[in-house]
Amino acid sequence: MTFHHPQEDILMSYTAGALGESWSLAVASHMTFCPECRSSVALVEELGGFLLEEHDPVPLSELALTVAQEQLDLQAVEQVAINSAVVSSIPVPLRDYIGDTVDEVKWQSIGGGVYQHLISTQDGDQARLLQIPAGKSVPEHGHGGRELTLVLSGSFSDENGEFVAGDIEDVSEEVTHQPLAGTGDNCICLVVTDSALKFKGLIPRFVQPFISI
Amino acid sequence: MEQAHTTHNVGFLGQKENNVIAGLLIGVERPARDEEKSKKVVTNISLERIKLNNLLVELASKRDKEVFSELFSYFAPRLKSMLMGTGTDPETAEEVAQEAMISVWRKCEMYDSKKASASTWIFTIARNLRIDRFRREKRPEFDPNDPSLVPAAEPMADDQLALNDRKAVVETALNELPDEQREVVKLSFVAGLSHQEIADQLSLPLGTVKSRLRLSFEKLRTSLRSQI
Ligand SMILES: [Zn+2]
Repeated sequence: MTFHHPQEDILMSYTAGALGESWSLAVASHMTFCPECRSSVALVEELGGFLLEEHDPVPLSELALTVAQEQLDLQAVEQVAINSAVVSSIPVPLRDYIGDTVDEVKWQSIGGGVYQHLISTQDGDQARLLQIPAGKSVPEHGHGGRELTLVLSGSFSDENGEFVAGDIEDVSEEVTHQPLAGTGDNCICLVVTDSALKFKGLIPRFVQPFISI
Repeated sequence: MEQAHTTHNVGFLGQKENNVIAGLLIGVERPARDEEKSKKVVTNISLERIKLNNLLVELASKRDKEVFSELFSYFAPRLKSMLMGTGTDPETAEEVAQEAMISVWRKCEMYDSKKASASTWIFTIARNLRIDRFRREKRPEFDPNDPSLVPAAEPMADDQLALNDRKAVVETALNELPDEQREVVKLSFVAGLSHQEIADQLSLPLGTVKSRLRLSFEKLRTSLRSQI
């Protein structure tokens, strides 16, 4: 059971189909872990259905139905896909981007024992995997904007609490924090940001260019 | 690739706030169901909605083109209308509406009338088509068959309310929202605008858009929970 969720505005936008790719990746992946957010999204989808009903009908051209009907025989029927994919700490939405397991990820060192893997998305925002060694921390940083962090394995803690697999930390630009990985497993998380992280202090100036922002 | 949001036509806003398929709604007491707890929900049950849900189930079992045309005649003109609200020209809106209805035919065996009403399910199909067509990016989607899925420890309380009651709750909650919140909800759901796009369009700070969306969600959830 997860205890840390994305804020409601993110869930609303995700459900509306108005949320960018990087953020949607974090939300869809979190939903694998989180019955509560699945339930929230289902509720908000009802809102979408209601808004559809509420629209004044605009008539289609006379032949529109006939044209559509002629297409029907050509259509392959789709069934519910039974997913036989491997069980791993990687939720299905993320597998399209990084493969089925973390073993397939090509990591690059960014110093201090911390590794990252940049994920290619088209929405102009930044999605990456971070791997923080157990018991270590990433440099203290503030944010030019919002940051979503989804824990995939291991755990971390900061000023806002402890985050375990499935949890999302949703922080805004006012927050400066220094996540510390829990002991035990390395902490692997998906981090989405809408602008450059602002590291404080000496090491960060060295690190920042490597985080490729 | 077409740009859906260049014109930002928001002419639809505020015009028909309460134009809620009024003729189709009848106020009736919900029929008692044996397994129902003693909670008493007096609500508007839309017979039309139940009929549409049944039609969609029938479409999957019979693959009947007559059933298809009934669903088409209700949904296609509304889909077209919704798409035109985003500034899409009528021809393209019509094309996407047709495409959505053909997807309904293809996917209808995946529809579960216990989980969503027909309009909700068709909304999600149209939403995904709209993104495919007008945005350059993908929309990563939650997969209910994910082998890593963490099931609910116990049935979620929010999921307990019967579908038609949920819809009534949503309807009431939306109508009770302050105009400024409802406007943001519509720009998000109907026009598919991001936080930033809404902020630009309404000349509001990003934080205000965010808080209006949050407040509208809280209203929705509070209304739902007060019925459970
Ligand atoms: Zn959640």
